[in-house]
Amino acid sequence: MADLNLKPNLAQADDVYADLLAAHEGLSKEDSDALNARLILILANHIGDRAVLRAALDAAKSARPAG
Amino acid sequence: MNKIFEIPLYPYTRSPDQDAQTPVRRKVVVVGAGPIGLAAAIDLAQQGIEAIVLDDNDKVSFGSRAICFAKRPLEILDRLGCGQEMVDKGVVWNLGKVFFGDRKVYEFNLLPEEGHRRPAFINLQQYYFEEYLVKRARALEAEGAPIELRGQNKVLDVTDKGDHTVLRISTPDGDYTLEADWLIACDGAGSPIRAMMGLDFVGRVFEDNFLIADVVMDADFPTERWFWFDPPFNKGQSALLHKQPDGVWRIDLQLGWDIDKEKEKKPENVIPRLRAMLGEDVTFDLEWVSIYTFQCRRMEKFRHNRVIFAGDSAHQVSPFGARGANSGLQDTDNLMWKLGLVIGGTAPETLLDSYDTERIHGADENILNSSRSTDFITPKSETSRIFRDAVLDLSEQYEFARPLVNSGRLSVPCTYDGSPLNTPDALPGGPARTRPGAPCPDAPLDNGYLLGDLGCRFTLLTVDADAPDTIDEAGITVPRLALSAADDATGALAARYLGDAKSAIYLVRPDQHVAARWDTYDETATRAAIRRATGQE
Ligand SMILES: Cc1cc2nc3c(=O)[nH]c(=O)nc-3n(C[C@H](O)[C@H](O)[C@H](O)COP(=O)(O)OP(=O)(O)OC[C@H]3O[C@@H](n4cnc5c(N)ncnc54)[C@H](O)[C@@H]3O)c2cc1C
Repeated sequence: MADLNLKPNLAQADDVYADLLAAHEGLSKEDSDALNARLILILANHIGDRAVLRAALDAAKSARPAG
Repeated sequence: MNKIFEIPLYPYTRSPDQDAQTPVRRKVVVVGAGPIGLAAAIDLAQQGIEAIVLDDNDKVSFGSRAICFAKRPLEILDRLGCGQEMVDKGVVWNLGKVFFGDRKVYEFNLLPEEGHRRPAFINLQQYYFEEYLVKRARALEAEGAPIELRGQNKVLDVTDKGDHTVLRISTPDGDYTLEADWLIACDGAGSPIRAMMGLDFVGRVFEDNFLIADVVMDADFPTERWFWFDPPFNKGQSALLHKQPDGVWRIDLQLGWDIDKEKEKKPENVIPRLRAMLGEDVTFDLEWVSIYTFQCRRMEKFRHNRVIFAGDSAHQVSPFGARGANSGLQDTDNLMWKLGLVIGGTAPETLLDSYDTERIHGADENILNSSRSTDFITPKSETSRIFRDAVLDLSEQYEFARPLVNSGRLSVPCTYDGSPLNTPDALPGGPARTRPGAPCPDAPLDNGYLLGDLGCRFTLLTVDADAPDTIDEAGITVPRLALSAADDATGALAARYLGDAKSAIYLVRPDQHVAARWDTYDETATRAAIRRATGQE
């Protein structure tokens, strides 16, 4: 079972980020939310490992600024 | 012709107990002649233990209730002598369709595993189920078994006297008092006995209403389960269509929270809704229309000294996943052999505490599953609706999303992992599905099926292993059922009971759960496992 990778892992980070923004371009808030949800589900299935997903959820939750 | 739910099945007759000078003491009194109370009494009567069933009514269940019965309860009903009737009358189904908005997103086939005597599920009206149980109880009574059904006997009051319980009962001829060594409270979700004893019943109420209609129609809808999320005929809500015998169809329409129940139930409001769903040209008659609010909750403890709760009185779930009656039958199946051993003086009363441990485990599993289904069907927040809709949208194109669609996870029996009656697993390479605590899966044999041969007693099942023909330990006689992997040419027996092992020995309980397993026979270990499985260690 792989651990959650929180080190840089994207070769073309700027391109990937731009892809994300492009996918949401021109969408209403509602459609963007739906797209994000579909994306999360697709990625979760691809990862296919509950422990990694839980670690990712924890990492996402703890990354909020304090206060 | 009268409908079966209109005919008194166990009409009131005066019992000599009502004329006794001093209250008569009975071995076991079962309160409630619903499916669970009847199953409890039949099980006891088959063991030769006196069971008096009291019910404030005299007919089968009123209204739209259970329709879906899973394999495990059918296997239990085989042992209670009415499995065949259920399957003969019931509708077997494997195909389902899921709709989202105005489109079908996918279809599925449950593809039940081969090599089981009973199908994965049948659909059958609860009133038939109760009718078969009543008939079975009557047949036992006619054979001289100690079972009695007393209609229009309403329990007014119970008092715990330590080693027995005193009941105050009202009848059309006035009140009487009865004593019971043991009281089994199967008096349903609203359990008056629970209330009389001041016991808790906590959990979650789902803020939603469902219109449940049973309609009779000659439509050629296939024998499938159709589930709609947000259909055009019920915007923002869900709907279910499911076939029952006799051309009766079950329709569930989610209505939401803020509604006027009396108004929604009126035929002039129901019929247009159903027309929109079924199509303008379909003709149908309404058999039943009810509106339900669902809850998921359970008692903290099911056993209270000599009063033991089973079925809906002990736990209640939303019906998505058909877990109510299905799990109630597993309650009595778990309880009655234990009670039999305690009443017979073989096992200590503390054996009954394992009923609490094991069936609370079962209830929690059911509550978890049906809460999750309810959360999917009725999303509780904007975000949960976004995820729910995303799953449904994805499910149309991508197979991976289909297992996430949750319109009810159909009932499967629970494995009593961690039960005090289990002996640690000693079968290296043995299949996980038959580990200690698991219900025995069926397997085809040359002339019949495994579960039929296991029966309702402790059995030592050997697969390609030696062991004595019977073992007597601590008052329990355990016969051996000697099988070989070769007895089942399909390989199911080997796959389900040997796995990677060459030989296996299983100690199987009367409720057909595995108590212990080994690769070869070890007398000391087997005797210890028998004592442990009967609470004698
Ligand atoms: C819409 C709907 C759909 C369902 N679908 C399914 C399904 O598909 N599959 C499934 O397994 N389950 C299903 N269920 C659940 C199922 O109907 C119940 O779990 C089941 O009826 C419980 O049986 P019971 O014997 O515990 O209680 P009940 O059937 O409620 O019986 C209790 C009995 O006790 C009697 N009683 C009450 N108080 C007293 C008293 N003071 N004195 C004497 N008698 C008394 C009552 O008259 C009644 O006969 C469904 C339920 C509903 C509402």
